[in-house]
Formats: sequence, C-alpha cells, structure tokens
Amino acid sequence: MNNERATSPQNGDVTLLVGTMKGAFVLSSDESRKKWKVDGPHFRGFAIYALLHDARNGRNKTFAAANNSFIGSSLRTSDDGGRTWTDPERYPIKFPEDSGRALKQIWQVIPGRADEPDTLYCGVEPAALFESRDGGETWEPNRGLLNHEHQPKWQPGAGGLCLHTIVLDPNNSKRMLIAISAAGVYRTDDGGKTWKARNVGVRAEFMPDKYPEFGQCVHKVVHHPSRPERLFLQNHWGLYRSDDWGDSWQDIANGVPSDFGFAMQMHPHDPDTVYIVPLESDMFRCTPEAKLRVYRTSDAGASWEPLTEGLPQKNAYETVLRDALAADSLASPGIYFGTRSGKLFGSMDDGATWREIADSLPPVVCVKTAVTSGQ
Amino acid sequence: MITIELPKALGLSVDGKTKVAIDEPCATVGDALAALGRRSPGVLDRVVDEQGDVRMHVNVFRDGESIRFLDGLRTAVPDGGTILILAAISGG
Repeated sequence: MNNERATSPQNGDVTLLVGTMKGAFVLSSDESRKKWKVDGPHFRGFAIYALLHDARNGRNKTFAAANNSFIGSSLRTSDDGGRTWTDPERYPIKFPEDSGRALKQIWQVIPGRADEPDTLYCGVEPAALFESRDGGETWEPNRGLLNHEHQPKWQPGAGGLCLHTIVLDPNNSKRMLIAISAAGVYRTDDGGKTWKARNVGVRAEFMPDKYPEFGQCVHKVVHHPSRPERLFLQNHWGLYRSDDWGDSWQDIANGVPSDFGFAMQMHPHDPDTVYIVPLESDMFRCTPEAKLRVYRTSDAGASWEPLTEGLPQKNAYETVLRDALAADSLASPGIYFGTRSGKLFGSMDDGATWREIADSLPPVVCVKTAVTSGQ
Repeated sequence: MITIELPKALGLSVDGKTKVAIDEPCATVGDALAALGRRSPGVLDRVVDEQGDVRMHVNVFRDGESIRFLDGLRTAVPDGGTILILAAISGG
C-alpha cells in the first residue's frame, strides 16, 4: 500500500466511502488517484451497508447507514466530509406501528432526481422503500410497496429480505424500479402508488417454477442516465438486459465463467459498458478458478472480457458483494471494488490495470464515490 | 421507585448517567421502559424496536432474572426493584 493516515479528505479530492462490517472508512486522493489517505474506522463495530455523499442544493452531506445488531439501525450524517458524524437521538427511519414490522437494517440510500434536490430514497430490510423530501431529515415509507399484495409471500435471501437497489427514471418523476432479494424487480409508473413485478425472463433456480411472476433473487440492477430504459441485472444465477424498463429481460451471460455474482457497476460515461465480478456458485460464492477477475462488457452484454492485470490470479478466493463495486465521475473514471477479505482495488484506465489501494480492512460491503468540491 | 441500569457497552445513558431512577408508578417492566422512554426516547429506541419488542440482542433482567424466562415486558416489577439492561452475547 502507498497510503498514509490522515484526518480527512481535502477540497477537490476524490473520495471513496468504504463501508465494512466493522465501520466506515473515508479514503481521499487528488485527481491523480495515485496516493490515498485513509481515515477511519468510523462507527466501530457497526456494519455500514450504505453510504452516500450528497452535494445537491448546496449541501455537503454524507450519509451512512449504521447497522448495529444490538441497538438497531440508524442513518447518520456528516457535514464535514466524514470527520464528524451526527448521532440523532431518535431513529429517523421507522416502520409505522400498523405495519407490524420493525427495521432490521438499512441497505441503500440514493439521491433523488436532478429536479428533486431535497429528495432521497432509502431501501431497507424487511423490504420497504422510504422517502425523504427534506434532505434526509424526516422519512416516510412508501405505502404502495409496504402494502403490496405480494408482500406476504416475499421470501428472504441469505442476506435477509432486503430492498437493496433503487433505480430512478431521470426523465419521468413517476417511474422508479426497485429490487428486492428475494422478491425480484418491481416498477412503479405512477409515483409509487402502485407497483408491478417486472421479472419476465429472469429465472429463479431455487423455485419449482423457474420463471415465476415474482420471487427472483435479483442482486443488482444498473442503468445509464442517457439510456434509462436499458437495464442490466445481475441475478442469483443469471445475467440479463432489458431494453424496455424491465418489461422483459434477455440473457446476456455471453462468455462469463459464471452467471452468478453480486456486484454490477455501470461505466459513468458509456452506456454500453458494464462491470461485474462473477462468482463460482451460490454454494461457494468465491471467484472462479481462484482468480480475481473483473469482467467488462463494452457492447451492452453481447460479449464480456476478463480484466486481470494487477489482480491476483492464483489462490484468490475472493467475494465482492452487491454494493462493493463503484465508479467515480471524473472524465477518466476510476473503477473500484472491495472484497470480503478486506482488500480494496482501483483502476484508473477503465479496468485495463488494477492497483491495490488498501488491504486488511474489515470485510467490505459497500464502496461509494464522490468528487468533492466547494467545501 | 425503580432503578434502571443501562449498558455502558452500548453507550446508553440518560443525562450522562447509566443508572436511572424511575419515580412514577410502574407495575411491569414494560411500564418502566415506557417511563424511561418519556425521559429519553432515544435510549428507548435503542432498547426496543418500533413494535415495542426488546431488540433481539439486548437482554433485560428484573432483579437478576431475564424477562425472556418470566413474562416478557409484562413481568411485574416491585417497588424498589432493579431493571438491568445488558448487551447479549452476539456479534462476530
């Protein structure tokens, strides 16, 4: 590692927000991204499954989903780039009493659309969607999903019954897609009042009916804002693309060593380029052939190529989880991922070469990025 | 009066103190926790979930006995009794 301890990221730095099973780390670098300063762990002993830097509407706010098996889950915030964090007395995200449910874990926090500068969305376990209209101060559950007729039949995946992915239509404020393990993909076209399962063509290996209406164990869905209708999906067995906002899905596992995996990341500037990290199987859940390989498609899934230079290709029994693969937004973007063995890798050339940024972190469960400015 | 002892390991306290005296009448452990919640709703958030159930990895003892093996939050608590809240064995 070529890192040093520091107190905080500086203005204009690229920031990596790394959530682990034992706390959050904030890594910062200048635009070259050659040397990283490491700050953390914050929230010692808390599992940090979601992180977000929100710079909209004059904010410089970082959100962290701090999950604790003893005292529950809370959304904590920082206004100084992660140096200090709030600890709100009351938990901001709670299920209504009449729902009969209690929050187990916060899995995802994302900003609203460009024209919703004070809106944020949050996905939680048990599967539900929460929304804030005041910059994250207060949160309300989406009742349409909370009371969905399928909800009593949803089954948890190994990680729990979690709503882990939220995909917004940047051009239509009424349309949104969410993914639940193991319920599948649901989409609303009326601003969240009603939701329809959108899993046609996505298989469920673990069900008697391999193509049910719902019950799929989707692991991640991504899209590019310039082509929002085209979605890419990493399933629990299966790699798919939809060209119609999820109305139908086609298999695109063309040349990958396994179509099982968790992580999936869109290239920030190229709507045809997607990154994944295939895993051997749902029983083993480690990189195939003990080689740590990122796979990239540059033709929207028609073909995939392994990216290996700088990554261990022997005895590498690694696992990369669903939110542990990320990209920054610079013109020449950095691609980053963290492993359950606590390694953090980065590539500054679209994945052609990789470099270890950190080692011996606690198990990494999420990696998020921010290009900070104007602090 | 009932005394509630909060777990230092979980960083819970009321006005900086981990021993809280509840002066209002309480028939059960649930009553006492509700009274604690009126004093410090944030502490109660961390002991029970939004359905009012004691969190899975938190243990509550009435005079040394776990309420899980008594009557749960309906366990009677005598005047002068002590409610001890501890972090359960958990984690990894």
